[in-house]
Amino acid sequence: MIQDLSFLFISAVLVNNFVLVQFLGLCPFMGVSGKLETAIGMSAATTFVLTLASVCSYLTNTFILAPLGLEYLQTISFILVIAVVVQFTEMVVHKTSPLLHKVLGVFLPLITTNCAVLGVALLNINKEHNFVESLIFGFGAAAGFSLVLVLFAAMRERLAVADVPKSFQGAAISMVTAGLMSLAFMGFSGLVQL
Amino acid sequence: MIEFLTENALLAALIALGGLALVFGGILGFASVKFKVEGNPIVDQINDLLPQTQCGQCGFPGCKPYAEAIADGEEINRCPPGGEATIQHLADLLDVEVKPLDAEEKVPSVAFIREAECIGCTKCIQACPVDAILGAAKQMHTVIGSECTGCDLCTDPCPVDCIDMVPIETTMQTWHWDLPKTPAQSQLIATDRKGEVA
Repeated sequence: MIQDLSFLFISAVLVNNFVLVQFLGLCPFMGVSGKLETAIGMSAATTFVLTLASVCSYLTNTFILAPLGLEYLQTISFILVIAVVVQFTEMVVHKTSPLLHKVLGVFLPLITTNCAVLGVALLNINKEHNFVESLIFGFGAAAGFSLVLVLFAAMRERLAVADVPKSFQGAAISMVTAGLMSLAFMGFSGLVQL
Repeated sequence: MIEFLTENALLAALIALGGLALVFGGILGFASVKFKVEGNPIVDQINDLLPQTQCGQCGFPGCKPYAEAIADGEEINRCPPGGEATIQHLADLLDVEVKPLDAEEKVPSVAFIREAECIGCTKCIQACPVDAILGAAKQMHTVIGSECTGCDLCTDPCPVDCIDMVPIETTMQTWHWDLPKTPAQSQLIATDRKGEVA
């Protein structure tokens, strides 16, 4: 049981990394990786929301959609769930911890449109995960997202001062870097067989 | 109930989604009341009028802190990026008088003493806040150019008006490239946008 769950976790973080292997959530990956500080803020916010949203959408599916035979409404209801979770989280954090709200600040609402969040929710259903598996899978996906986002931000900070050929400057070298990272992560395939 | 709904798929879909939306709306509505953050509404109004450049030229860490300070009675003319337009809007909002911009734009300059006219009264030496003026009583004074901040405080005390403010000329060492300006950047400030009076 524990072993299965840890396999699931490692698989979500490394082998089936959402950003570099499944290419979900690329917009924040390219968008907020300019500075390490903001990347860490975004990672923290995403981890929080992704875990919560995957659990909530699992509950919605199991207790509302599945009994009524409404599985075709999954996408729209999950978007609803995610939006509410994000908004609710923002309000609670704003009230209870102004400091945390300052750190996560603008990133919280941005997560609503992060396709990795919806991706995790839908994959949980596709792979027929149970409650605990959904939780672990969501958290693993978020941990993988945070890992590559922070790594990539650190690289881009180095790249900002590196002597890059003129034709590769800016977005081009970022894309090349992301591609190389993706290739590296492909090397993890076969590490865990589920 | 469930059997009835599974037979009427359309009704079930409507009820399920509608119910979900209703419940979530209720939760959010409840949360927005329960977790309401008390803020001074006037601060937000002032903050909307400020340019949001967060430049700190007003002496506050950013626009929001300056907005809070204005709400507490700070002068409204401390914002160089906003300029006259922002002062005008702030004056309208707060119903106070329009004041000229506090930090007027000036060219960086240094003080220069016309040494032939200097009588050696030492009054400018006492006025100088950074000790950039050298000299003694009944001796000619002079300004250390690299120390002078161009604050203009020494020109008033001089009884013979022999101190000039000389603009610093750009040399090969001090020249730097201006950041390019796009039309979008000059439209950044809320009060720049035409016809938008808050």
